[in-house]
Amino acid sequence: MYKVKIYVTLRESVLDPQGKAVTNSLNALHYQEVTDVRIGKYMELKVEKSDRNIHEVIDEICDKLLANPVIEDYRYEVEECVGH
Amino acid sequence: MCRTLKFAVIVFPGSNCDVDMYHAIKDELGEEVEYVWHDTSSLEEYDGILLPGGFSYGDYLRTGAIARFSKVMQAVIKAADDGKPILGVCNGFQILLEAGLLPGAMRRNESLSFICKPVELKVESSTTMFTNAYQEGQTITIPVAHGEGNYYCDEETLAKLKANHQIVFTYRRNPNGSLENIAGIINEKGNVLGMMPHPERAVDTLLGSADGLKIFQSIVKTWREAHVVKA
Repeated sequence: MYKVKIYVTLRESVLDPQGKAVTNSLNALHYQEVTDVRIGKYMELKVEKSDRNIHEVIDEICDKLLANPVIEDYRYEVEECVGH
Repeated sequence: MCRTLKFAVIVFPGSNCDVDMYHAIKDELGEEVEYVWHDTSSLEEYDGILLPGGFSYGDYLRTGAIARFSKVMQAVIKAADDGKPILGVCNGFQILLEAGLLPGAMRRNESLSFICKPVELKVESSTTMFTNAYQEGQTITIPVAHGEGNYYCDEETLAKLKANHQIVFTYRRNPNGSLENIAGIINEKGNVLGMMPHPERAVDTLLGSADGLKIFQSIVKTWREAHVVKA
């Protein structure tokens, strides 16, 4: 069994209106050192071992459904864990 | 004598403008219309396909992301290939983008607010099968109601949209931050239109505007002309 942690973020070239609003809010709270916030999504998947390579499967899942390649990038971490 | 056209209004779990769309076709346009559930696998019997607004699958993950994998979308793609008119409004537009039937993606509105109000649109192209009852450059008033209508595409795609005259409607005053004021685009072939404003909510002056009706009338006009020639 694998535990996969996936991070989906807006591409650098795409404006993030939520992140901008949070940046402004932090600055208003006097955290002037915060210059940028990008908001993304975090997902955890439990995946059973199969004869397919886990990275191949996760790439496919992300490209197909979990991220929209037009505006989003993704990265992930794979951990082996004990199934239950 | 031509028969009446038969439209399909696709209903996903969470669609909520399906009834307005049905009403626009049946009572205002005067053509046939049926609700079609998202697990239907064939749309052969319909002349036009309408994807209504709403919050399909609760907008989970991304707007339209889950709906695009429903069974009916294979039939929608086939209908698009067959050249049938396909109109996606609001969430319907978002689904068409996710399905890759139209290029680009939607971002949250720049203001982060859900915007629900009538807006003025410019008809950029009156040569499409959805807009030939309008005058080019005409201003029409149609309501928007969305939280994610901030259209985005990369520069290369934008250049293509412009070169092929695929930008069909633009906002006179941009409500959501949309790239180049884009409110509606059409595919290269000219039979798939996606738009954020709701023409089905603008089919009767009693409700503020009847400017949206011409979209549906254009579809009928195009269809009749094509089928009279064939007869």
